[in-house]
Amino acid sequence: MTVVLDPTNEQRPVTRQRSERAAVIDGMTVGLLDISKPRGNVFLDRLQELLEERGFGVKRYAKPTFTKPAPADLRHQISQECNLVIEALAD
Amino acid sequence: MTSSALNSPAAALADGVIAVVKRDCPTCELVAPVLAELERRGVALTVYTQDDPAFPEGVTRLLHDEDLAVSYHHAIETVPTLLRVEAGQESARTEGWSRPAWEQLTGIDGLGTGLPEHRPGCGSLSVDPAIADQLRVRFEGGILHARRLELASLEDEMEALFEREWTDGLPVVPPTEARVLRMLEGTHRSPDEIVAVVPPQLVPCTVEKVAINAVMAGCKPEYLPVVLAAVEAACTDTFNIHGLLCTTYFSGPLLIVNGPLADCIGMASGHNVLGQGNRANSTIGRALQLVIRNVGGGRPGRHGIDRSAFGAPSKLGWAISENEADLPAGWVPMSVEAGYPVGTDTVALFAGHGPSAVVDQLSRRAEDLIEAFVRKVSANIDLFFARRIDNMLLVIGPEHGRVFAEDGWDKARIRAELNERVFAQIGKPAPAPRWDGPAIVYAGGDAGLFSALIEGWVSGPTGSQMICHPIRTSA
Repeated sequence: MTVVLDPTNEQRPVTRQRSERAAVIDGMTVGLLDISKPRGNVFLDRLQELLEERGFGVKRYAKPTFTKPAPADLRHQISQECNLVIEALAD
Repeated sequence: MTSSALNSPAAALADGVIAVVKRDCPTCELVAPVLAELERRGVALTVYTQDDPAFPEGVTRLLHDEDLAVSYHHAIETVPTLLRVEAGQESARTEGWSRPAWEQLTGIDGLGTGLPEHRPGCGSLSVDPAIADQLRVRFEGGILHARRLELASLEDEMEALFEREWTDGLPVVPPTEARVLRMLEGTHRSPDEIVAVVPPQLVPCTVEKVAINAVMAGCKPEYLPVVLAAVEAACTDTFNIHGLLCTTYFSGPLLIVNGPLADCIGMASGHNVLGQGNRANSTIGRALQLVIRNVGGGRPGRHGIDRSAFGAPSKLGWAISENEADLPAGWVPMSVEAGYPVGTDTVALFAGHGPSAVVDQLSRRAEDLIEAFVRKVSANIDLFFARRIDNMLLVIGPEHGRVFAEDGWDKARIRAELNERVFAQIGKPAPAPRWDGPAIVYAGGDAGLFSALIEGWVSGPTGSQMICHPIRTSA
């Protein structure tokens, strides 16, 4: 019988529950996060127009680069300032 | 061996003179009467016998080192070994039979009348290759913290590791405790020291986990310092292995090793340097990739976070060294261009794939040969990567290197000419000179008027910047 050592991180990630959906979103502040892929701003500009027409407060954010995770400070700021967030992923 | 193993209470020795012997050793048989004589002449003697519990005769304090704990913890390599112990600490040691040495250690004159003056001993059972690994696991396995998995007797070892998704698609060496302990002999660093926080799951990774994956990759213990340095370098914000892993692009980490260590561990820098066939080159880069896969959780495929659309064969693992011994006159190693003193052991990481051939078999002047490089680099300066040149790396072969060197061009001159000519073509000012813009490595076989361009991923602060990182070989 062979005994081997586990090469992995031996962690079992927890399954996170989704936040409960709000029944009414009127009046909420929406964060728009640009991950800094080319033309993500074009998509978000249009979304901002449509959201503002419907009376939502909109705040814009951008990751410094799409190749690295969002800085912790930015994630914290978004969570403090917004009720919802929409992330523009693609080129 | 760790200090905790040396301090094990099981291995504590009585004050006085200690002898370690085995019957299966002609020198021990020879000195058996001397041991009895020592006791008769009033020496506080303790004898540990490794095999026959009744050997030697005529000794009162005779202990059987059946599990070889005493022999192991006191690093006995030869029998007979004579130790002097004072206040629990070893103060003198001699191996084999030597009348003057035994007389000096015991303070008794005229020992072993009739015996030859000297006689070498035999190997201690505790260093017998057949059981040394088992002893190391028994006495030092406690320093390993990773979860143990018992493979069932009917499981094929290789298949079992594939099934657990621990491999990159090629077989791996099963990481048994004995192999991992042997791997850890390659570093002075403690197994529980944190090497880096490994993306994408941002997991703190210990020296032990790196060693386990290095075993699986097929590394020898002496490669481990390079692998550890590569893991450190890869997980910096500068190199950004997270982005490199997650991109849809082709690239993976290419390791370039500089300094005397590369030769010591047998890395290739000559023929087929970018290809297969050299164990160190093939396994060091693979060990880094297995750490990213197994510890960081970065796996390719439908459910993985490695989103490369095509990948590249080199993503299995890619490591080379620079041919520093044969550098043309006036050329310096890449590590020196990166700011390290000559002779520093370093590993540089470049986010690349390829290689792509630079062919020019006709030019005999540097002025002409540079144009082959200009054509190749120009074809790769494209809009998507913001027309940068630091996302390329040049491996210049000896025959091209000779053409440049004969006209007095060194790496810096080649780089400056290349930048000036390439950026003039696209109507942009040449960037400020940097060692990695592009980095130049001297390597490859000595026949063939070729060089290689290694294409890279997005460079600069938004992507991956080349990094040259020191390798720690001492404590």
